[in-house]
Amino acid sequence: MTETQQNGTTIFKEVTIMSERFTKSMARNIFYGGSLFFVLVFLGMTLDTQRKLPKRDHRENITEQVAHGKRIWEENDCVGCHSLLGEGAYFAPELGNVYPRRGGPFIKAWMQAMPTNTPGRRQMPQFNLSEEELDAIVAFLKWTSEINTANWPPNKEG
Amino acid sequence: MKYASQAVAKPYFIFAIMLFVGQILFGLIIGMQYVIGDFLFPEIPFNVARMVHTNLLIVWLLFGFMGASYFLVPEESETELYSPLLAKILFWVFAAAGVATILGYLLVPYARLAEMTGNDLLPTMGREFLEQPTITKIGIVIVCLGFLFNIVMTVLKGRKTVVTMILIMGLAGLSLLFLFSFVNPDNLVLDKFYWWWVVHLWVEGVWELILASILAFILIKTTGVDREIIEKWLYVIIAMALITGIIGTGHHYFWIGTPEYWQLWGSIFSAMEPIPFFMMTVYAFNIYNQRKREHPNKAAVLWALGTSVMAFLGAGVWGFLHTLAPVNYYTHGTQITAAHGHMAFYGAYVMIVLAIISYAMPLIRGKAAANSNQAQVWEMWSFWLMTVSMVFITLFLTGAGILQTWLQRVSDTPMSFMATQDQLQIFYWLREIAGAVFLIGLVVYLISFFIKGDEEASA
Ligand code: HEM
Ligand code: HEM
Ligand SMILES: [Fe+2]
Repeated sequence: MTETQQNGTTIFKEVTIMSERFTKSMARNIFYGGSLFFVLVFLGMTLDTQRKLPKRDHRENITEQVAHGKRIWEENDCVGCHSLLGEGAYFAPELGNVYPRRGGPFIKAWMQAMPTNTPGRRQMPQFNLSEEELDAIVAFLKWTSEINTANWPPNKEG
Repeated sequence: MKYASQAVAKPYFIFAIMLFVGQILFGLIIGMQYVIGDFLFPEIPFNVARMVHTNLLIVWLLFGFMGASYFLVPEESETELYSPLLAKILFWVFAAAGVATILGYLLVPYARLAEMTGNDLLPTMGREFLEQPTITKIGIVIVCLGFLFNIVMTVLKGRKTVVTMILIMGLAGLSLLFLFSFVNPDNLVLDKFYWWWVVHLWVEGVWELILASILAFILIKTTGVDREIIEKWLYVIIAMALITGIIGTGHHYFWIGTPEYWQLWGSIFSAMEPIPFFMMTVYAFNIYNQRKREHPNKAAVLWALGTSVMAFLGAGVWGFLHTLAPVNYYTHGTQITAAHGHMAFYGAYVMIVLAIISYAMPLIRGKAAANSNQAQVWEMWSFWLMTVSMVFITLFLTGAGILQTWLQRVSDTPMSFMATQDQLQIFYWLREIAGAVFLIGLVVYLISFFIKGDEEASA
């Protein structure tokens, strides 16, 4: 046996001894103890987040119109193409900041002009929303853009 | 197969594979829409095809987990399944609900589907991965409860092993956390906060328990290594998974309005999430190297070892890549995310389901231990075709993501989203080609089930 092989064998033996002293019931206790501990920590952090959120999400501005806008957003599955605060699909532009980027009138006109039918270009469907529904979507996107997102996105392009 | 009732896993596995085929076909459709924007428009808009792609993925994995449980729990518990009839009924309920939902997506506009299914009574639709109508979600809960009941009753009347205990904890956690899909407040920040309790706490929490326990079962069966050792390290791995993964949820709380301390804690804990995945790789290979026998089902062993490597790459390495808050600030919601999502889901969950199917199906179909060598050769070819093309899909999307981040986010003169997309066309074409190879791999996989071969490998 060469020296390295011998070293290797010694290390292997030590590891074996160590792993024999470390028993299955110790491993089980780490699992139950560790998981329970971190579940509790996570619930604690959730409570704290819940307490601090009102300052960041400006929920006092969630009017009925904003809530209605969120429902329209969901019922047309806008998030199936777009991202909102970086979450969703990556096929079409970020809309968390589209309100400051484009403004309300542009957003409404845009949705009414769809689809562009430009050959080869990614197409957005026509959702046939009423004037009132378009206003609600805009209100929802305006409210969303005013959430305190720790300065995300890095620039107006989203 | 030791217990006749294990055979109820068969329809679950077959249906899972059928949905897998559908998932990939729709993946190719949306991949094509990335390069030819008006492909199949307006018949199949991108968002519709995308929800078919992702929902089929989730549902077929659930079928896979259920089939895996029906197969391995009787064997571990050394008793017949509590109620094979319930398992068969639930199969048809779940399959019918799944097919109806997918048809709903494809045949009526989504807003109409929402209206038809009474979304306004309990609005849960229209959020990523949770697009299912509320009644489908309720159906999923019922199916999960019936399934859990069946599994728990089986374990209670038989031998209790660490593998089944951990599997049950994973499955119970899966069902419990899914209840948060019904939480959808008007406040978008809260909506997002709890949405991640389903999505993140599934894939980086309880699903890891399911993954690890199925892997342990396959290793016990194919290597003949002492169960005590396998179970001990199983505990260590899932302990690390939950210790890092629970607070690791914070890596999704950086930019959605949540307090800024999540940037610190989310980064620290999620940066440790690769540890359990790395341990899983070392564990699988160590146990394999200590094997007491050569199991004739080489394909199953290949899937099992493969999943340990690819899960580490996809979840561990590609996850780490963008998990630190200062990096995520730039990469959040880009093609980097898509790259990671693909390899992580494939490596961790697709491959473990294919591994248990590979191990179980020959036994269910009455073979002594494995398919013929010829059939296994086909299956192993499909392993390499799918796995290598997934590596390429990931690499191309990563290339697209880096360029996108640079042009649209980092640059002093940022390009608009759509202009940036135009610059990424070449990557998207290459991804689509890799996707076509993936489909070829999948076809080879399907064919492997029909290869007879002359010599039966013996146990
Ligand atoms: C033929 C191969 C495939 C192609 C061409 C493909 C294509 C796509 C595309 C274009 C998207 C939408 C990205 C966006 O939102 O803009 C997507 C999403 C997704 N696909 Fe695939 N896909 C393929 C295979 C797979 C496989 C095998 C899996 C699972 C292992 C998978 C899992 C997912 C997931 C989880 C998402 C959502 C990703 C996210 O939200 O980040 N796909 N896929
Ligand atoms: C098997 C385990 C995993 C799976 C299946 C998985 C899958 C996914 C998917 C599909 C997304 C996109 C979600 C969306 O659409 O918004 C995502 C996001 C993310 N994942 Fe994972 N993941 C896994 C493990 C990990 C690990 C271990 C890490 C960290 C080390 C990680 C870090 C992240 C991060 C930071 C994001 C957010 C990306 C963004 O900001 O856009 N993931 N993951
Ligand atoms: Fe996560």
